[in-house]
Amino acid sequence: MKDTRNPNRAFVAAAFLLIGVGAWLGWFRQARELRTDPPVAADLDQFRLMPNAISGTPPESYFAQGKLYETDAYNLSQGKRLYAWFGCSTCHGDGRGGVGPSFLDGWWLYGPEMVSIVASIRDGRPHGMPAFHDRMTIEQIWQLAGYVQTIGSYTPKTAAPSRNDDKQTRPAENRGPAKILFDEGPAGVHPDQGPSP
Amino acid sequence: MRAPRIGLLSTGVLVSGCSGSQSALNPYGAPAVHVEHLIVGIVVLSGVIWLLVMVMLALALRRGRRAETEGQTSEGRLTMTVSAAVAVTVAIIAGMTIASFYTTRSMGVPQSAALTITVRAQQWWWQVIYAGSDGTPTFQTANEIHIPVGQDVRLQLESTDVIHSFWVPSLAGKQDLVPGRPNDLLLRAEKPGIYRGQCAEFCGLQHSHMAVMVVAEAPADYARWITSQRADAKMPADPDAASGQAAFLAKPCAACHTIRGTQATGTTGPDLTHIGSRQTIAAGLLETTRGSLAAWIADPQTLKPGNNMPMVPLTSIELQNICAYMDSLK
Repeated sequence: MKDTRNPNRAFVAAAFLLIGVGAWLGWFRQARELRTDPPVAADLDQFRLMPNAISGTPPESYFAQGKLYETDAYNLSQGKRLYAWFGCSTCHGDGRGGVGPSFLDGWWLYGPEMVSIVASIRDGRPHGMPAFHDRMTIEQIWQLAGYVQTIGSYTPKTAAPSRNDDKQTRPAENRGPAKILFDEGPAGVHPDQGPSP
Repeated sequence: MRAPRIGLLSTGVLVSGCSGSQSALNPYGAPAVHVEHLIVGIVVLSGVIWLLVMVMLALALRRGRRAETEGQTSEGRLTMTVSAAVAVTVAIIAGMTIASFYTTRSMGVPQSAALTITVRAQQWWWQVIYAGSDGTPTFQTANEIHIPVGQDVRLQLESTDVIHSFWVPSLAGKQDLVPGRPNDLLLRAEKPGIYRGQCAEFCGLQHSHMAVMVVAEAPADYARWITSQRADAKMPADPDAASGQAAFLAKPCAACHTIRGTQATGTTGPDLTHIGSRQTIAAGLLETTRGSLAAWIADPQTLKPGNNMPMVPLTSIELQNICAYMDSLK
């Protein structure tokens, strides 16, 4: 014997389950780290670079935190804000370069690792990149580096900063724009890209 | 016995919130007076109507019992009563709409207003820009607007990030600050005093910590204040403050804050040229004292989580000296 109301009940139960799962997902969102403990922030300064200042090892605490400056949308948005605030666009434009090199062409003069980018921002590089260690805190430098790495990433990231209100001038941050151009080959894009470091 | 006492107490607490430096029921400027008249008018009218309805309901309930025993009411009378009630309702609502329209229109900003101040809202503080007689900006302050008493002041309202709302209930109505769309607001204070206001549109994590002070002064005091603010920051005389200044310039502080007369020319944080003369820091969060300055600089993210000031690593000596320097910037 079959109850005719059963399908309806199943439907209602499914709806409740969906609402429940949605509520749980909303609740179980990533916690936002607004205040880094001073020892952890100080540790961010303790990364080791290779002798030629390209690539190296991030501090242990960075892995313990789950590489948050690369993967966390809040930190990426802060990085985007800092990119505008600290005048990065004066030389690097919207990421496509200008006076300084481009981040979107898939060509990283000092490699795409976070430590290289952090070192470039903190200590500066030859040919005009100023050092920002006395203008930003080390935490801000990591946030900014995470954003710069994201806009020039070869693989699209799941996390991205919020989008601009004004007109888009380049692929969105989460679309791995470097990959699109890198597929065409770096040599074709920049035959005369900078001197070797 | 207990419940009425608690009720009385809570009513007392609620009503006491209606006075003071931030209240729409305590107006000190023409636009706020217009708004108050409108509120009071509509509340009184609605109250009278509510009373009338209650009286009629009571009569109908009594009469209904009698009608049940005596017989039916006539169809014609019922139609007339309902029509009259509908007509009166339409007339009252139309009247209140017209009154509201004319009140809002009377609050328009006259183009002749002698003084224009630009207020730019940011997450989560107010940037206040004073222009000279030729219209070019002369100096900036933060979270504190000084105006002369008895004079129309035009506020040009702007926003750089999200929608905020400027609301100083004792002086004027609310006005939104929308990115990319400058708005106007007329401000006028009839009595000297400090009027508190705050952001009235949810704008993010620290929306509730985004207060603004309007200081209305006699024209002579106002002119004196303008002269003092126009001047560059004084060089610190005290040795502690002098080393505080050196630390301020060497550390990331100077990348975001401006102190006129020094090399600090950052534009993303509030202008600190005369921070010691302001009533509060961090948009009304704390009074400006040396202690609260120290607390704020040492750990801004615990006092106001999510704001854009980073925790700059400082030694305790550097912290003390920077606070001495900030305090000396009158």
